[in-house]
Amino acid sequence: MTTGPTQPAPQSMYRKREGLGVWEHRGKVAAVGIGHSPTARRWDGKAESSIGAYALIALRQAIEDAGVDPAQIDGLVLDPGTTTGAHWQEGDPIPYDVVNAYNPTDDPLDGIAKLSAPWILNNMPELTGINMTMYGPGCMSNSIVVAAQAIGDGLAHTCLVLKGWHNLAGRYYQGGAAAQDTVGGDGVWGQLWGTRAGTTDAWNFQEYLDKYGKSHDMMAPYVVNSKRNGLLFPEGFFAQHRPEVITVEDYLAARWIVKPLNLFDMDIPIMATAAYLFTTPERAKDMKQKPVYILNHCTTRPKFGLHQGVENAQASTDATGRKLYEGSGLTPADLDIENMYDGFTTFHVYYVEGLRYRGMQKGDALDFFQGDISLEGPNPISASGGNSGAGRTRFWMHTDSIQQLQGRAGARQVHLKNGRPETAVSGGPMPQGGDFTFWSTSPD
Amino acid sequence: MPKQSPVPTELNKPFWDAANEDRLVVQRCNACTDRRGLNVLQHPPATTCGWCGKGEDIVWHQVSGRGVIQTIGELHDAAQRSLQADQPLNMAVIALEDAGQPPCYMLSHLRETPTGQAKVGDLVEVIFEVTPATGQKVPEWRVVT
Repeated sequence: MTTGPTQPAPQSMYRKREGLGVWEHRGKVAAVGIGHSPTARRWDGKAESSIGAYALIALRQAIEDAGVDPAQIDGLVLDPGTTTGAHWQEGDPIPYDVVNAYNPTDDPLDGIAKLSAPWILNNMPELTGINMTMYGPGCMSNSIVVAAQAIGDGLAHTCLVLKGWHNLAGRYYQGGAAAQDTVGGDGVWGQLWGTRAGTTDAWNFQEYLDKYGKSHDMMAPYVVNSKRNGLLFPEGFFAQHRPEVITVEDYLAARWIVKPLNLFDMDIPIMATAAYLFTTPERAKDMKQKPVYILNHCTTRPKFGLHQGVENAQASTDATGRKLYEGSGLTPADLDIENMYDGFTTFHVYYVEGLRYRGMQKGDALDFFQGDISLEGPNPISASGGNSGAGRTRFWMHTDSIQQLQGRAGARQVHLKNGRPETAVSGGPMPQGGDFTFWSTSPD
Repeated sequence: MPKQSPVPTELNKPFWDAANEDRLVVQRCNACTDRRGLNVLQHPPATTCGWCGKGEDIVWHQVSGRGVIQTIGELHDAAQRSLQADQPLNMAVIALEDAGQPPCYMLSHLRETPTGQAKVGDLVEVIFEVTPATGQKVPEWRVVT
């Protein structure tokens, strides 16, 4: 068992700067197993569909998928947060029947509206060999880079990586402070005017459209493609619960949320959990699934302020692209699948240009989206469908990247001219910053 | 429908006190301003200068109250209950005229201009809007015709 409380990963584990050279553990960490809980729009209040229960389902499925004895697992990396906008309201009664259906921690909301490492270990007695736990906060993208670095550094040899999302009754981000007559803290500079998820991105996208003489309508093929890809993702929310085909006309008629972003540029909050099993290439040889090697990971930290602007978004995605290629030793011409984060869809414009995917330069993305960006074509965009196609989790792109390179993406499997894809990048959550991973079928 | 009333803190109280006197003040780093020859302003306020990282030369500085629209969107689905009845609202980013580089921004609903009419680059001037919960005034902006 672990010694001491689980801590956020130290900043030294993140590869933030340019000029670090090829990652010292390039090809020495592999993703093997994948596990997913079911999805739901909101929690129904039952113990068996709580976020804790979903975490246990995903973790056990990842272990089984890899074909590993749970006792051999020595690491666990996760994000203790399980929402950005469905916060447990002060004064709401604690459902102790759910709390006590599991082995709880001192915090009764653990396993209901958050997830700690102790809660997981309390409820997975089969994990007898864990000696490293760490938090990679915010996103699966963060936890993945922490787990990759931990294995490379020898802190663990077989590590579970977990991210869960709960969703409760009521509208995301509403209630609480948003319903009061007064506002305090940092809310006096933005929320006072109604800034919300997407405001910054609406401003940046408007600047992008003005800068290059483009229009919001040009996002339609991207959104239609993402929705289609999502319906081919059996683990996703829309494939499971709302198999709706979204057309260009649907997109153009959708209501504005914060113009120039509309309903389909946003994601839909859901409940879902994913887990991966990472290990060393040597141990992966004895496991059930093909290893997908990590050639590099990198981090770009966002600047904060009332308005960062499109220039900053572009500079940050440029830096992310340069770091990904530098640390992997590869070039844009070597990149088969781009699976960057899409929660908001317009993020993709900056990402594909920053990656120089298929030779794209600044201002090219929306024109590129008017061509064949389908899974069948030579230039697939957001093969997972992302949050847009499968619900708000910020992890579909990672699952898809691993599945694509293992050759088990099913109906979403990309076939390029020269065969199955060999490389992919995934990460997020913002163009201005996040954590990113370069995947490959080969460690070399 | 009104805005929520901001609750001042020790750090930002001078900003809100000035607003109640119909004056717009922002932080200026005098050391950076002297070195660069241009106003180095920052908003929201902080204990240190975002440019040089030091705090000892930060002062409150009254600005002209003029600016331009840097970028603009429209808010159709706010989380804030008090704003929902009046949607859609302009969501403009205002660049202060007095700032050198880096730019200094504030937000505005441009209440006097219907959505879809204000444009990037339009000149604006500050006005002060009373928020009903506490009576605190909030800097707002209107397009100069």
